[in-house]
Amino acid sequence: MALTTAPPQPSQTEQPAPARRRSVLLNKFDLKVSPYLYILPFFVVFAIFGAYPMFRTLYMSFYDWDLANARFDPPVFIGLDNYVRMLDDPYYWNAMRNTFGVFLLATIPQLALALLIAAMLNRPFLRGKTFFRMAILLPNATSVTAVGIIFLTMFKDTGVINWALGLVGIGPIDWHGDGGFWSYWTAVATMVDWRWTGYNALILLAGMLAIPRDLYESAAIDGAGAWRQFWSVTFPMLRPTFLFVSIVSIVGGLQLFTEPVIYTYGYTVRGGDRREVQTLAMYMYENSMVSFNNAGYGAAISWSMFLLIIMASIGNFLLIRRTAR
Amino acid sequence: MSVTKHRVSRVAAVALVSTVALGTAVACGNDGPTDPGAKPEVLVIDTFGDFGYEGLAKEFEQQNGVKVEIRNTAQLGDYTPQLVRYLATGEGAGDVVALEEGIITRFNPGNFVDLRPYVGNIDSEYLEWKFKLGIAPNGKLFGLPTDVGSLGVCYRIDLFQEAGLPTDRDEVSALWPTWEKFIEVGKQYRQATGKALLDSVTTAMGARIVQTGGEIFYTADYQLYKGAPEKENLVAANSKAVKDAWDLAAAMVEGDITAKVATWSPEWTEGFKTGTFAATLCPSWMTGIVEGNSGPENSGKWDIAAVPGGGGNWGGSWLAVPTTTKYPEWAAKLARFLTDAHGQVEAFKEAGPLPTNLEALANPEFQAYTNPYFNNAPTGKIFGETVTKIEPVIYGPRHADVRERAMEPAARLFEQGQLTREQAFDQFLNDVPLQGQY
Repeated sequence: MALTTAPPQPSQTEQPAPARRRSVLLNKFDLKVSPYLYILPFFVVFAIFGAYPMFRTLYMSFYDWDLANARFDPPVFIGLDNYVRMLDDPYYWNAMRNTFGVFLLATIPQLALALLIAAMLNRPFLRGKTFFRMAILLPNATSVTAVGIIFLTMFKDTGVINWALGLVGIGPIDWHGDGGFWSYWTAVATMVDWRWTGYNALILLAGMLAIPRDLYESAAIDGAGAWRQFWSVTFPMLRPTFLFVSIVSIVGGLQLFTEPVIYTYGYTVRGGDRREVQTLAMYMYENSMVSFNNAGYGAAISWSMFLLIIMASIGNFLLIRRTAR
Repeated sequence: MSVTKHRVSRVAAVALVSTVALGTAVACGNDGPTDPGAKPEVLVIDTFGDFGYEGLAKEFEQQNGVKVEIRNTAQLGDYTPQLVRYLATGEGAGDVVALEEGIITRFNPGNFVDLRPYVGNIDSEYLEWKFKLGIAPNGKLFGLPTDVGSLGVCYRIDLFQEAGLPTDRDEVSALWPTWEKFIEVGKQYRQATGKALLDSVTTAMGARIVQTGGEIFYTADYQLYKGAPEKENLVAANSKAVKDAWDLAAAMVEGDITAKVATWSPEWTEGFKTGTFAATLCPSWMTGIVEGNSGPENSGKWDIAAVPGGGGNWGGSWLAVPTTTKYPEWAAKLARFLTDAHGQVEAFKEAGPLPTNLEALANPEFQAYTNPYFNNAPTGKIFGETVTKIEPVIYGPRHADVRERAMEPAARLFEQGQLTREQAFDQFLNDVPLQGQY
């Protein structure tokens, strides 16, 4: 290799043989080991804050674990009982339904809108590009609690949303009741979209900017209009970016927690009096951190979420790869 | 305390909750104090709501040169999980912590220091039943009584006047000797103003369950069921206290006398200012919350009348010293300082928690105390008169959770007309095991 066969420097020729061998060894060491050292910090941090809690949670999920008194009453091993219990726990399936309901209600319009915004920002003769690109990221830079409280006020009985709906003759809607699940889901999905649409648009825009310009030129010469160019050039070339964006959305969406908690007043993690918008993460929290004595069951729910997210991501990957062909 | 402060602390609590949800805490051992008598520079005390300790903290510092840091959480519902986390991991708890009656039996007394060596024999200074609840089954004294929640009704003078009702507190008390009469007044108020008299059925139910007393959600030995663990055997399904409370709720819904706002919600908090309701149930500790929510601009507009249907106890706490403290002796000294006769009178004057110390209850300063915010109502006299008559009721380890997380959501759905009484009661019973098991 180039490094080892490099012509000896004048100073090196003066060195005695062992020293030279040492520097060769050092070079070899540098080549083989250094790369691992460079990435080591990530793995150390991940092992402590990612892997350890994960496997600790797995361990806990096989126990009947009372968090409040575990120091005095040791947890009891119960095998797979926590997982079996999940199967016929109506609140668990309710949380599952809410999680997917809010996820779909939030993610589909969000990605469509993000794609549209990105396409608009990608137009060659747009003035004030940088301003717009920064502006759409602003909601994402706002603290989620602040967003939550503002939206909570907007969705009040006498809030601005009902006022606006009243102008077109609809309403007033009790966003915390009458509409049941749908009213809660819509409100929370709106909150999620407000925060994440801009972020996704920016990532899609980055993907669009990486598409070579000459493809568009050729398409234009072939007589393709803007619409045709978008579907035949932009969209197919954007596939890897789209895959990334949708997987990030799945991971985030299935772990949804803060928005619904704040929307239901932050006081309980019940998600409404009838658990209208209690997500899996909230139900896990209710068992582990509110009831405490169900911490083992909460751990099992965490693992079910983990497996669910992996399955959803793989499914999404296969889906997007197939539409590519 | 201002409304914004409430909000901010709630936001902070939510932020904390979300952070903690991401990374579960890792348990660490604590070596315990090397010298139990060592003198600290700062002692930390964890409380919720408003215990009225600001002034006492300064006094303690002046006397002893030990600074007292009060870490207050606005709501018990946010405070409890935090405390459990501290105790479960053996890290982070204050040197002194407050334990509410709904959670005191939830913790293994092993979590707390035996206070007997530090405070000596003080049992006879307090209400007997109250003091006993701070003693573990093995005889260890781990909690010193702070307050009890004697019941009253807070009402808005100006709104009563507008509705053509009497405004004098004795006349108002005479309006409603019973709950039936209270509902009649509610109907009159609705007719005169079109608005609701009471904030919600849940506050009235909270008072009603302790007025009936006896078994509520648990048996005397803290069982959720009598017999086999089936729904129809739940104590909650059969207890008279629970039935009375639901009967009262049904009568109130029929009379349409409530504003249907969920306790602690923003609508509820604002309602104190905007007058969406003219009265709320006031256990003595609630006066501080009413004042905080209504703000200084409504000073003098509130007053306090007697509760319909007789006295009862709702709420009240103890102070305990977690074993994780480095300064057990000084922490015990602080807990004792805050709960002795002088401490309880001062706390009462600052925020309204009603004394449990007999000397404090007999204290002329306490008895003569009038609360300027509540139109100079003689709160010392009003609450003090009923406190010695309070009969203890049976709480269980998770009484507060069952009430707030099972009964109240169901009752609200019934109040709002989303569920019938039968459906709501059924949802309540379905939730009892999840919220009540320990």
